[in-house]
Amino acid sequence: MGFFKRARFTSSKESKKSIPDGLWIKCVTCGQTVYKNDIELNLQVCPHCEHHYRIGARERIASLVDAGSFEERHQNVTTGDPLHFAVGQETYPERIVRAKEQSGLSEALVGGFATIETQPAVVGAMDSKFIMASMGSALGERFARLVRDAVESRRPLIMFAASGGARMQEGILALMQMAKTANAVRQVNEAGLPYIVVLTDPTSGGVFASWATLGDIIIAEPKAYVGFAGTRLIEGALKVKIPAGFQTAEYQLENGFVDHIVKRTEMREHLGKLLRYLAPQASLRAHAAHR
Amino acid sequence: MTKKRSQGNSEQILPFEKPLFELREIIEATESPEERAKVEQQLRDREKAVFGGITAWERVQLARHPLRPRMLDYTSRILDDFIELHGDRNSGDDPAMICGIGRFNGQTIFVIGQQKGVSTDEKVRCNFGMAHPEGYRKSLRIMKLAERLGYPVVSFVDTPAAHPGIEAEQRGQGPAIANNLLECSRLNTPMLSVILSEGGSGGALAIAMGDEVLMFEHAVYMICPPERCAEILWRDAEKKELAASALRVSAADLKELGVIDRILPEPEGGAHRNPEGAAAVLSDAIGLFLERAAQGAYTLAARQQKFEAMGVWDEVPMESLMAQLLVPDEDPALPLGPAAPEESTGLETEAMARGSE
Repeated sequence: MGFFKRARFTSSKESKKSIPDGLWIKCVTCGQTVYKNDIELNLQVCPHCEHHYRIGARERIASLVDAGSFEERHQNVTTGDPLHFAVGQETYPERIVRAKEQSGLSEALVGGFATIETQPAVVGAMDSKFIMASMGSALGERFARLVRDAVESRRPLIMFAASGGARMQEGILALMQMAKTANAVRQVNEAGLPYIVVLTDPTSGGVFASWATLGDIIIAEPKAYVGFAGTRLIEGALKVKIPAGFQTAEYQLENGFVDHIVKRTEMREHLGKLLRYLAPQASLRAHAAHR
Repeated sequence: MTKKRSQGNSEQILPFEKPLFELREIIEATESPEERAKVEQQLRDREKAVFGGITAWERVQLARHPLRPRMLDYTSRILDDFIELHGDRNSGDDPAMICGIGRFNGQTIFVIGQQKGVSTDEKVRCNFGMAHPEGYRKSLRIMKLAERLGYPVVSFVDTPAAHPGIEAEQRGQGPAIANNLLECSRLNTPMLSVILSEGGSGGALAIAMGDEVLMFEHAVYMICPPERCAEILWRDAEKKELAASALRVSAADLKELGVIDRILPEPEGGAHRNPEGAAAVLSDAIGLFLERAAQGAYTLAARQQKFEAMGVWDEVPMESLMAQLLVPDEDPALPLGPAAPEESTGLETEAMARGSE
């Protein structure tokens, strides 16, 4: 039961060895020594430089929804092994077991019904501790079912994206999840319900090129890595140096692919406002249908 | 030009094709008709054995064979006429994505597809079939036009991937592909997609959401090139052979997984040795598709259901799930403690950095 044992911070840029154990940690961005509890209480955001550390899906949802309002759904939709895939000695089902231990989750997408600042919604969040939140069949199916929940309950859909891309171990079926989730987004669109996406660090590959960039409103967390092809792939293919700030949330805002950047500590209030302002409007829609 | 290409030279013969070439040379040198027929039979048997027994990686090589007919090699043979349309009406035109109005046996079809290029010049101009966002937007423009005017769409898939580059990112490669997927899920006109040789990643899927998806016998359709998969999972591009076989990329695999509807048989020696024969097979398939489309065989609802059902997952009873996870679930709104550090396998960050589709 490793979930409660872990208590250290790392980021992809620094090896975890550089971060001391104990109650105090050194922020990977500003280098300030911070009381660990202060970061935790601040939703994993450094109180000095506002570096947004990655946050687990459950933690994220807990930070947003009204206490006790979250009703988790579709946890029992889990991964199969259609390709009988193995890397070395480790089979894909074994990898999944390891991912479950690492994350305490049964797949990389957690979602369900909730209210945010009293406004009802269907909320989902990706967790990069589960095989880098890569998208396979079970994840695609959970996404499709959350969409169905939103459509049937006539609630807006909010999705927190994070992903390293497609789940390699499911091969072509993982690729097909891009089509499947896009087809699901169509259903929210057709139901006249708002679909809000929040891009978090990192969102890339097949998730970025499907449901994560199909939001009616696309929000991003500050400095999040957000892009389609990974920087190393581009560097390798083009033999060029990638400019600083490439594929950040701010870069995507500048290029017109993100509506706004919102700090994690202000996310709840922001989403609450959007949900209030965008509550499904029956009367005007009826009017439009008559014309 | 195509004739010349189809003959090939020594560099364009893959190692496993060599015995076939030797037999062909013998046939050409043999004068007695009886002897000739005997060797021809030998060649057919040998071909069956070779193509039946090649590894997944050899399949990838075959699909990438420089002599494989390209989209324009097919359209020039199959269509009575083709009027190319240019531009995405947004920012540019992408020579990697060819779109236009085709006439097939006196009927109008809208055609979209990737062109990998034949000559070095053309390959560079077409960017080896790797489209930019403009290409995907152009293809969508043409699909929507076909829908509005009530004509069917035929898409030809032949790409290693969507172009990975700085400008492509700047102009929204991800969003362009995503938008194609969304719009294809509600494109209300019959669409046929054919994987010609290499179908790679979201860059292929963006034009491959047909009511019917066909695949040439020696084509491959993959989530990403095996080299990249090997880097991500084995952290070694040289493990590409392992990756290719694990990913299951052949037409037969894809048929079994329910991703494609039908395999188009290739003429003896493969499409790259007989483009005419391959074009005839493709022409028949398009004819059949148009016939069935005219009979109303393809509905939007059926296409939507097909993609809704894609994938393989389990549904486990809640109780056994809880036993597996051992996570308190009484009040999920309760903060569950500090973030867990990533395991230092490097695998996941590798996957992230590569942006694997």
